[in-house]
Amino acid sequence: MNLDELQQSAFKAIEAASDLAALENVRVHYLGKKGELTQLLKSLSNLPAAERPTLGDAINKAKQSLVEAIKSRRALLNEEFLKERLREEYVDVTLPGRRPQIMGTLHPLTHTIHRIGELFAQAGFDVAEGPEIEDDYHNFTALNIPEHHPARAMQDTFYFPDGRLLRTQTSPVQIRTMEKQKPPIRIIAPGRVYRCDSDITHSPMFHQVEGLAVGEGITFADLKGVLADFLRAFFECDDLSTRFRPSYFPFTEPSAEVDVECVHCHGRGCRVCSQSGWLEVLGSGMVHPHVLENVGVDPERFTGYAFGMGVERLAMLKYGVPDLRMFFENDLRFLSQF
Amino acid sequence: MRISRSWLLEWLPDLGLDGRQLGDVLTMAGLELDALEYAAPAFSGVVVGRVVSVEAHPNADRLKVCRVEEGGNGLHQVVCGAPNVAAGMLAPYARVGAVLPNGNKIKQAKLRGVSSEGMLCSASELGLAESSAGLMELPENAPVGEDIREYLELDDEILEIDLTPNRADCLSMRGVAREASLLLGKPFADQKAVFVPPAHAKTFPVKVEAPRACPRYAGRVITGLSPASRSPLWLQERLRRAGIRSISVPVDVTNYVMLELGQPMHAFDLDKLEKKIRVRKARGGESIKLIDGQEVSIPEDTLVISDAVGPIAIAGIMGGQGTAVSESTSDIFLESAFFDPEAISGRARKLGLHTESSHRFERGVDPAIQIKALERASQLLIEIAGGEAGPLIDLQNEEYLPHGHPIHLRPERISQLLGMEIAPKEVERILSALGCEVVSSEAGWEVVPPSYRFDLTIEADLIEELARVQGYDRIPERRGASATRIKQTNDSEISLISLREDLQVLGYQEVVTYSFIDPEASHLFAPDHVPLKLANPISVDMSVMRPTLWPSLINVLNYNRKRQQARGRVFEIGLRFLADDSCTRQLPTLAGASFGGAAPEQWGIPSKAIDFFDIKGDVENLFSKAAVQPEFYADEHPALHPGQAARIKVGDVFVGWLGMLHPQIERDYGFDQPVGLFEIDLSALQQSRIPYFEPISKYPALRRDFAILVPAATPAGNVLHAIEGMGIEDLRSVNLFDVYMGEGIEKGHKSLAFGLVFQALSKNLTDQEVDSSLQRIIEELGRRFAAKLRG
Ligand SMILES: [Zn+2]
Repeated sequence: MNLDELQQSAFKAIEAASDLAALENVRVHYLGKKGELTQLLKSLSNLPAAERPTLGDAINKAKQSLVEAIKSRRALLNEEFLKERLREEYVDVTLPGRRPQIMGTLHPLTHTIHRIGELFAQAGFDVAEGPEIEDDYHNFTALNIPEHHPARAMQDTFYFPDGRLLRTQTSPVQIRTMEKQKPPIRIIAPGRVYRCDSDITHSPMFHQVEGLAVGEGITFADLKGVLADFLRAFFECDDLSTRFRPSYFPFTEPSAEVDVECVHCHGRGCRVCSQSGWLEVLGSGMVHPHVLENVGVDPERFTGYAFGMGVERLAMLKYGVPDLRMFFENDLRFLSQF
Repeated sequence: MRISRSWLLEWLPDLGLDGRQLGDVLTMAGLELDALEYAAPAFSGVVVGRVVSVEAHPNADRLKVCRVEEGGNGLHQVVCGAPNVAAGMLAPYARVGAVLPNGNKIKQAKLRGVSSEGMLCSASELGLAESSAGLMELPENAPVGEDIREYLELDDEILEIDLTPNRADCLSMRGVAREASLLLGKPFADQKAVFVPPAHAKTFPVKVEAPRACPRYAGRVITGLSPASRSPLWLQERLRRAGIRSISVPVDVTNYVMLELGQPMHAFDLDKLEKKIRVRKARGGESIKLIDGQEVSIPEDTLVISDAVGPIAIAGIMGGQGTAVSESTSDIFLESAFFDPEAISGRARKLGLHTESSHRFERGVDPAIQIKALERASQLLIEIAGGEAGPLIDLQNEEYLPHGHPIHLRPERISQLLGMEIAPKEVERILSALGCEVVSSEAGWEVVPPSYRFDLTIEADLIEELARVQGYDRIPERRGASATRIKQTNDSEISLISLREDLQVLGYQEVVTYSFIDPEASHLFAPDHVPLKLANPISVDMSVMRPTLWPSLINVLNYNRKRQQARGRVFEIGLRFLADDSCTRQLPTLAGASFGGAAPEQWGIPSKAIDFFDIKGDVENLFSKAAVQPEFYADEHPALHPGQAARIKVGDVFVGWLGMLHPQIERDYGFDQPVGLFEIDLSALQQSRIPYFEPISKYPALRRDFAILVPAATPAGNVLHAIEGMGIEDLRSVNLFDVYMGEGIEKGHKSLAFGLVFQALSKNLTDQEVDSSLQRIIEELGRRFAAKLRG
C-alpha cells in the first residue's frame, strides 16, 4: 500500500471514529508501535540509502498530519461527549428539594420570652429560675402578703393538701434570689405560673417574666427608663408612648401599672384597647421595704425596683393572636406560623 | 365601685368635668376607670304622664282604656294592661314616635278594636329594672310633660371604678369626692354634720366580748317607723345606679349610707331580738339562717353578733333571717360598728359569700365614722318613714382601735426612692390636702394620716402618695445609671434556646401544655408512681402534677391527628413532678413525641413510618454537643413497646427513656401507626465541654473492613463499645456499617460489618501493624461474644 492510500484510509478512519475509544483504536492502528505508519517508517531501512530521505520526509509529514487530525478529532469528540453528558444530567430545578426533615418551630411564647430575655440582657439582667411548686412563705408571706390579705383573694391559688401551692406569680424567684445573693442584683425570672381560673381570657397556667434590680441608688426614675426602653424595643417602635399609672401591689411601694399606646390603633382607640388608646402590659414598682427586710437587705441602704409582665399578653399583641387558649391547644397549623 | 356623676356633684359642685375626663384624672391617680355608661339605655320621647281616667276595655278583661295627660294638647287614649294602673297616678308615658330601649318605635295602634296613642311604661321597659310587676309609679309632684330622661337625670354618667385593695377609703361617694377634690384642686363640699336628738330613752343592751375583733360598736334604737312607707324614687334611683336593689326602707337607708359614707350598717327587727346583743366569737357547732335564705354552719373563730339565744348575724358579712326587718317591722336596732379587718377578711370567702359589707370591712372602714353614719341613717329613716330615735350607744375599746401613728418623712428619702426631688412646700401642701397632720421636724416631717387612710403606715406609703398626687409622669426616665459589668458565665453549658434550635433542625415543633394531667393518664404512663394531687383542681382531668410529659405530648399528637394531620413531631421543655415520701422533685425535662412518616411525604425520599432508630438518631443528635455521650440499654417501661424501649444512661446515671409507644396504648388512643417517644433530664443535655485542640495527622489513614457472625441476641452496641474500649493504638474510628440476618447466615446469628480507620500522628502505619491490631480485635470479639470472622 502506498503512502497516499494509507493516509487516505487513515483520515477516513479518524473521521469515522465516533467516540474516544474508537479514535484511540485508529491511532494505535496507524501510529502505535506496530501501527501501519510506524511499520512503514521501519521499512525505510530496507530501501536504498538515496531514497530514504525523500520517502522519510513524506512519511513524517503524513504522520504529522495524522497526529493533527486525531488531535482535532479528539477535541471535537470531547466537546460532544461533554455536551451529551450535560444534556443527560439536566434536572428540573423547580422540583422541591430533598428534606429528611422540615425545619420545626419554636412556640410563640418561647420566642417572646427569649426576646424579652435578650433585651433585658443588654441592660445587665441575668435569668433566674425557681420551683413551680412553692411554699406559702415564698409565694405570699415574704412578698408582704399576709394571710387573709385581700391580695390573696385577687389571685386564686392552686393548693396541695399539705399547704404547698403552685406559684401564682414568678415573684417568689425574687425572694429566692435575694436569699442567696447580696445586692447588686439584676435578674429576670421567666416561667410558668398558675391560677385557679379558666375562661376565654384566663388560662389555669400561663407565663410571666418578673424582673428585679436591687442596689444602691436605684430609683423610680431608673424603673421608668428601663421599662420605657424595653417596651419601645419589644414593640420595635422608637416613639411608642408609655404611661405609668399608680396602682397597688403588696410587694412594691410606690407601685405602678404601665400602659403602652395601643399598638393596633396607635392610641386612637379601637376594639383591642377598649377605645382607651392604651394597653396595660406591665405591673411594677419600687421594692417594698418589708420585702427587703424579709430577705435581710437593709432598705435604708439599698433600694430596688421590680416588674412583672404577662408573656401571653405580649405575645398576643405582638403576633396578633386573638385567643389566649390557642397557645395551649398546640394545633400544629397554629405552631407552624411561628 | 359605681359612681354616679350627678351624685358626686353634691360633694363637688365645681367639678366641671364630664365622666370621661373625670375618669382619666382618677385613672392616672390609681383609681382606674373600668367602664363608663349612662344611667339608662338610650330611649326618647318618654315624658311624665298622668292617668286621668281608667275604664274597662270593651273586648278584653285584662286591658284597660286610660286617658293620659302629658302636658301637651288634650288627653290621649291609651290601652294599658298593667295591673297597677289607676286613675290619678303618674307614670312614664311614651308618646307616639317615642323609641324605647329595645328599639321599638311607638305608633298609633288599635288594640282589640280600641285605638291607642302612646304607651304607659314600666321601669323594665325603660331599662331601669330587670323586671317589673307594673307601671313605674312616679311621685305626685313629678312635673307632667317633662321628658323623663331630664326628670330622672338619666343622662347621668356612671363611672365604674376599679379600686385597688388598699384604697378602702374610696369605697364611698364621699371618699371618691374627697379624692377627686384633692386631685383637681376643687373645693370639697362635705355634708353638714347631722344630729338627730333622741326623742326617747329606749336603748338595747350590748356587750362586746371580743373587743380586739370589734373595737367599736355603735347602735341606736329607732321606734315607730311606718311599715307602709316606701323608699322615695330618688333614693331608689341612686341605689340602682350603684347596682343595689331597693328592698325596704330600713335596708335601703342602711345601703344608702354605706354608699354615701362607706360605713356598712345593719338593721335588726327590735321585736325579734332576745334580751341583749353580744359581739363574740362563734362557738363550735353554731349555725345561722342568713337573709338570703341559706343555712350555714359558722366556723369557729368567726365573729358573730348574737342575742341571748344565738347568732343573729355574721359580723360584717351578712345578717340572719330570724331578726331581719320585715313588712311589718316598725321598731329597729341600727348597728354601726368597726370590725377589725383581720377578723373579717377571708371569712366571707370561706363561707362562699361576698357582700358589699364584707368587701368594705375586709379592706377596712374608717374607725371614726360610726356615729356620723348612725346619725345620717337616723335622719333619713325618720324623714322617710317617720319614727323616733333613741339615744346613741357607742362602745369603744381604745386599746384596740387603730390610732394614726406619726410617720417620719425625710426629704432625702423621697429622692432616694423617686429619683426626683419634691419641694418642701409641695410636700406639705399635698400631705395636708390628703388630710394628714404635718409637723416639720429637724430632719423632715412628722406626719399623721387621717383615720380613713389607715393604708398609710410607713414612709414609703407617704412617698407613693406624693408621687401619685403629683402624677407619675412628673418622674423622669433615667438611663445608664446602673454600672453593669461583664459577668462570669459558663461557656460549656448549652443554653436552652440552642437546645431548642437543635430540636427545630431535627424537625420538631415546640408545644406548651399544662403541668397537671388526668390521674388515669398518670397511672397509665407511671403506674408505680403516686402523683401529687391538687387540693382544688379545675377539673379531674387536670388534677395531678405530671410525673412524665408523655401523656401531654400524646394528647397533642392525637389532637392534631384528629385534625387531619398525617404526621407530627413535637417536643416540650417543662418540669416533671416526682413526689417521694420526703420531698417533691421538680425536674426540668425535655420530651419528644412523633408519629407519621419518618420524613415528610415528598417525591425524593421513599415514605416509611417512623421507627425506633429514627427516634434514637434524634436523641443521639441531641447529645452531640454533650460532654458525656449516652449509652442505651434495653429495658421495660409500662408505656413502651417491650421490644423497642431503651433507658438512656450518662456516666452512672439514668437520665431518660426512649422507645415506641406500647401498641396497646397506641390502639387505646386511636392511633393507627407507631408513636415514638423520648424523655430526658434536661441537665444531662445541657452539660457540654469547651473544645480543646487535638492534633491532626499528616500521615495517610488505613481502612480495614470486616464482618463477624454473632448470636442474634448479642447487642450490637456492646460489640461496638468493646472495640472502642480495647485501647487499640491509632484506631481513629469504628463504624458499624451493616447488620444482616437471613439468607446465607447461620440460623440464630447475625452478621455485623465494621469499618475501622487507623491513623498514626507521627508516622506512616504499615499494613502489618494494622493487620495485627485487627487480629487482636477479632480474637477479643471471639472471646467475648463468640464472634466468628465471616469469610
Ligand atoms: Zn387600640
